[in-house]
Amino acid sequence: MAIAHEIISHYKVNIDREDCQKCKRCLTNCSFGVFSFNGERIIAQSNKCVACQRCVVMCPAKAIHISQSESFLPPHGNYTRKIRNIIWAQSGNGGVLLSATGNDRPIRSIFDDLLLDACQVTNPSIDPLRETIETKIFFGRKPKKLEFIVESDDFTDVSLKTQIFPNFEIDMPIMVGHMSLGSISYNACQAIYRAARELNIIAGSGEGGLHPDFYEFAPNIITEIASGRFGVDINYLNNAAGLEIKIGQGAKPGHGGHLPGEKVNSLIAQTRMIPEGSDALSPYPHHDIYSIEDLAQLIAALKEATRYKVPVGVKIAAVHNSAPIAVGIVRGGADFLTLDGFRGGTGAAPRIIRDHAGIPIELAIAAVDERLRQENLREEVTLIAGGSIRYSADLVKAIALGADVAMCSLPVLIAMGCRVCQQCFRGLCSWGIATQQEYLVKRLDIDIAKKRIINLFHSWNEELKEVLGAMGIDSVESLRSNRDRLRYIGPNPRIADILGVKHAGE
Amino acid sequence: MIINEVKEKIYEIGFDDIIEIDAAPNGEPIDYRDLNAMIHARTLKNCKKIVLYNICGQRFIGAALQGDFEIIINGVPGNDLGIFMDGPKITVYGNCEDQVGNTMNQGSMIINGNGGDVIGLSARGGTIYIKGDVGYRVGIHMKEYKNKFPIIIIGGTAKDFLGEYMAGGIIVVLGLKFLPDGSIIDIDQSICGNELGTGIHRGSIYLRTDEKLEDKLGVGAKIVEFDGKGKEEIGPFLYEYCETFNIPFDLVINKQFQVIKPISKRPYGGTYCNKMI
Repeated sequence: MAIAHEIISHYKVNIDREDCQKCKRCLTNCSFGVFSFNGERIIAQSNKCVACQRCVVMCPAKAIHISQSESFLPPHGNYTRKIRNIIWAQSGNGGVLLSATGNDRPIRSIFDDLLLDACQVTNPSIDPLRETIETKIFFGRKPKKLEFIVESDDFTDVSLKTQIFPNFEIDMPIMVGHMSLGSISYNACQAIYRAARELNIIAGSGEGGLHPDFYEFAPNIITEIASGRFGVDINYLNNAAGLEIKIGQGAKPGHGGHLPGEKVNSLIAQTRMIPEGSDALSPYPHHDIYSIEDLAQLIAALKEATRYKVPVGVKIAAVHNSAPIAVGIVRGGADFLTLDGFRGGTGAAPRIIRDHAGIPIELAIAAVDERLRQENLREEVTLIAGGSIRYSADLVKAIALGADVAMCSLPVLIAMGCRVCQQCFRGLCSWGIATQQEYLVKRLDIDIAKKRIINLFHSWNEELKEVLGAMGIDSVESLRSNRDRLRYIGPNPRIADILGVKHAGE
Repeated sequence: MIINEVKEKIYEIGFDDIIEIDAAPNGEPIDYRDLNAMIHARTLKNCKKIVLYNICGQRFIGAALQGDFEIIINGVPGNDLGIFMDGPKITVYGNCEDQVGNTMNQGSMIINGNGGDVIGLSARGGTIYIKGDVGYRVGIHMKEYKNKFPIIIIGGTAKDFLGEYMAGGIIVVLGLKFLPDGSIIDIDQSICGNELGTGIHRGSIYLRTDEKLEDKLGVGAKIVEFDGKGKEEIGPFLYEYCETFNIPFDLVINKQFQVIKPISKRPYGGTYCNKMI
């Protein structure tokens, strides 16, 4: 008989037998099939548990709690439990390991090593509760300078000579990252877009098309054109505040996409414009983009296709040479540039790439901002940065490093109920977020989810104003690239050099 | 676009519903932006036919145009001809460059010459008929959806990666050679390059040849017999193609075809492991 070299359970499902009412609500709520009823009592198979907490929350008697599995592996500081699990999984099943959300390796966060400046004596701070602090952003390409035609000597008749590019206004420097219908549910999309509209911020459509139900949110949506061109038609191009060519994603730089056919139900088929049940493969590169010149060509094509009415931008994953690539992209005509750091999220990506490819967003923002400045291009482009903007402190620091807008996704999902169990690719999300199964999707109340997203970002914006006030700055645009308001306290001064940030005390 | 309006007045030779535009009025080709703005202005005025002369590499002609009208191009249009196009008919008297019909949704293209690389990239619908040869990666990631079904017919030969990632529609390659004296013969070289249909998971490629193709097949592609069903599938389009380019239909259909189909609709189904680590 073959010995089962199986991965030991991660979690232990504990049922308090005295409190359990045997109502079996846990059976219907657990989408991972942990629970069963043998006629007398509820049985829990802990090895299937992902610790999503659905049963814990839904149990009327509060009789369930999940703990970490106590089963003990011989300790080894180098061959960690995770590495041994990876080897068991691959030697048992074979195949490329999948993963979801962002990089979960305990790599030190550079944001956490940065401290903010505040006013003392020499310049007064501002009270954000009683004075105006502007968090509005104009999104799109800006002219380098303005030229006027003076028609009369007394300057009564003056007209603008400079061509003004399409711009739109958002009330907070926040963008909800690109999550397609497919990676998340219809209800989750609906909640995000409604929140974005109410907050007047922007949300990304992801690369899987835009369902016609969401066209009404177009003024707050940036649609994405990726290598698979899923759902890209004239309506898609015309129902967007901006268009983004997706070259890469922080979680999987250089990688394509693969939505398996079994997940392509009628809703997804309609949105992606492919037959039901058919695999949706996104090629690794765009096959019409093999160079910066080709990219410039697609930017021009999209501008031509939308008759120069909306900004067209490019998203790249933060990789080793992001700075020169960014320069090429801006020279190529991009009105905005999105940088996605190595901690950026995904619904499904090979673990090897998610955990090991790319560079931290903090370094990428600073490097790109600096290089664009050297090339006299920085003022022309709107720079969006994402890849683990976890809370308002990260948002503030990203802007101070050089971003115009901070992009985040996982905080939005967590606000809606996600417990970060990292099983998105299995399509079984018990909270109705990362799933397409109808009985699960309807668990997500759109209105409540929307309200929670609005609360979250209102709080962030208030905190942003608090920080700006403390710094004596009355507009977020004056914080952008203001690296003198940051200090570094981490272990590696070389990082401070690259960031262009002084060490604390300097 | 004030400049455009002035230019229009200079070299427009317009009559009611047929508009002619000279794209090189002073011997110098005009910028693609100006040219396309002129075309867009015409299409908005319900013009049914636009004839372009002296086209010389202007890109994005027909980009995201919708409706029922025709553009006739004399010269060589630049890359991305008919990108995102949804309905119109474009006829080219000349060769084409790369990415003809990029992400096209509906419409038709007739190219009286050769085509470049990556023709029909991600096209979801419409027909692209090319009289001559084409380059690399033609028909890559073509899709189909509901009543939309893209068709590319190539009179001559294709190069490597024909029908890569193909997710729907039909590609036909005929292997014909058009001699200067007007006669049509079969080519004496290979009809296509290597990596034929690599990654194909829907749709089919028809090649009019008896050449041995096994060694050229890409990952996930197989050769199946050309049967009655295949004839039925391509017959009407082939007939239309032959009519368009004045080629005897019998000459085309009476030779052996080989059909490339996907081995599976899920070529990469077993690639991944979703165990919880």
